[in-house]
Amino acid sequence: MALYTETVMDHFMNPRNVGEIENPDGVGEVGNAKCGDIMKMYLKIENGVIVDVKFETFGCGSAIASSSMATEMIKGKTIEEALAVTNKQVVEALGGLPAHKLHCSVLAEESIKAAVKDYYDKNGIEYDHSRFPDCENCAACHMV
Amino acid sequence: MIYVDNAATTRMSQTALDAMLPFLTEGYGNPSSLHSVGQAAAEALQKARETVAACLNCAPREIIFTSGGSEADNQAIISAAAIGARKGKKHIVSTAFEHHAVLHTLQKLQKQGFEIELLPVGSAGTVTAEQVKKAIRDDTCLVTVMFANNEIGSILPVAEIGAVCREKGVLFHTDAVQAVGHLPIDVQAQNVDLLSLSAHKFHGPKGVGALFVKNGVPITPLIEGGAQERGKRAGTENVPAIVGMAAALKEAVEALAENAKKMTALRDQLIDGLARIPHSALNGDAVNRLPGNVNFCFEGIEGESLLLLLDAKGICASSGSACTSGSLDPSHVLLAIGRPHEVAHGSLRLSLCEANTQEDVDYILTEVPKIVERLRDLSPVWHDLTNGKRAFIL
Repeated sequence: MALYTETVMDHFMNPRNVGEIENPDGVGEVGNAKCGDIMKMYLKIENGVIVDVKFETFGCGSAIASSSMATEMIKGKTIEEALAVTNKQVVEALGGLPAHKLHCSVLAEESIKAAVKDYYDKNGIEYDHSRFPDCENCAACHMV
Repeated sequence: MIYVDNAATTRMSQTALDAMLPFLTEGYGNPSSLHSVGQAAAEALQKARETVAACLNCAPREIIFTSGGSEADNQAIISAAAIGARKGKKHIVSTAFEHHAVLHTLQKLQKQGFEIELLPVGSAGTVTAEQVKKAIRDDTCLVTVMFANNEIGSILPVAEIGAVCREKGVLFHTDAVQAVGHLPIDVQAQNVDLLSLSAHKFHGPKGVGALFVKNGVPITPLIEGGAQERGKRAGTENVPAIVGMAAALKEAVEALAENAKKMTALRDQLIDGLARIPHSALNGDAVNRLPGNVNFCFEGIEGESLLLLLDAKGICASSGSACTSGSLDPSHVLLAIGRPHEVAHGSLRLSLCEANTQEDVDYILTEVPKIVERLRDLSPVWHDLTNGKRAFIL
């Protein structure tokens, strides 16, 4: 049995929405290089809809695949829809991840939230802070 | 497919397979049986013991066959600790970058009240005999230092360390799993009391290894049962594997100088070629290293994704990245030689064998730089490095 599903390998080998958005409306960076995973998510938002999304990831195959999948799951969606994306949904969409790689999907979820939070902060939009855990309390680094 | 992960395991040689096959078929006897089928197996076992002993320059009775390098390491250390404990000596000297078969056994002993001193290995990844000498105390019962490191390939001054141990009257064990079949071994000249080896690192079968125990050193069995291996390792001997190991070892030792010359030339081309990748660094010493070992760090990328892309190009290698180990921490070896976490995650180990070719090296040197560039393009860390937001380490 291979380490990763075909979907994971497809998103790893051919990642979607790679790169940077110039003058993004929101940017989120989660993880840290010390742990071996960093995800950076860029959002372009118009009328509450994510019209464009790009990512950059430093990390393993499942980290790259998780971020690629996450961008596909939120592109064209409303902010509320994007915030509703959970790591479990990312894992399901990828056809599963090995147990010790589940934290990669958490990072993907957190990177979306971090980018939206940045958008809210930049635009002075009120929000419920409890929905956005800071990096210290993010589950990803405690899952391995 | 290009296989450059020979430090993980090797392809079994045809010689080893040919030697084994009769014992997987007609020669199925139990060496403990009195009848002719059993005695044929006992004879093969004895011949294998003589062959392995000759390759290490020891007596056949000084060889205990085990299930592999890990068991041999465990048994050597547990035995030396038991000897020490009987005399009230509970201090053990080792190094920070031993294999986990050694480190985890030492950790277990630490919980039982032993004091473990792990010597720092410096950026070149070695310890000196002088360091060992200074660390030895009146209550030291064992020095265990690997012959050559499995990740970065550095070769340790085993003969000198052994001499210091002899002088101080302390038992000396060396985990020679990466060295046997690749470097000249002579347990007498190198002053070794206990030496571990594993067959599948030199084109022998998996699941078999040996522990050399100098005559007179009392050994503690890890497995209780029958009287096999002079009562030091119970369980019916794995005759086919032991015979295969002996055949593979003999072959490796006979071709050692020739293989080393060939592999060193290919290794140095890989080192020179990979060093041209910007912000990369060789791990370990350039000269004092195993003939087949190449280990690099590439800044701004992560090792597992590098391995997956290499695999997609038909290159089988390994990495000290945390993602390949299932923990948050990258290789303890790379950390021990002073590589920071973020750099250690981006490591690549290529370990050659004599079957690798010039074409393999040329192909690897074409593919690795492209893959590193591809991953760097995708990496926010790399972009921060090139934008000056983060300082380069390499």
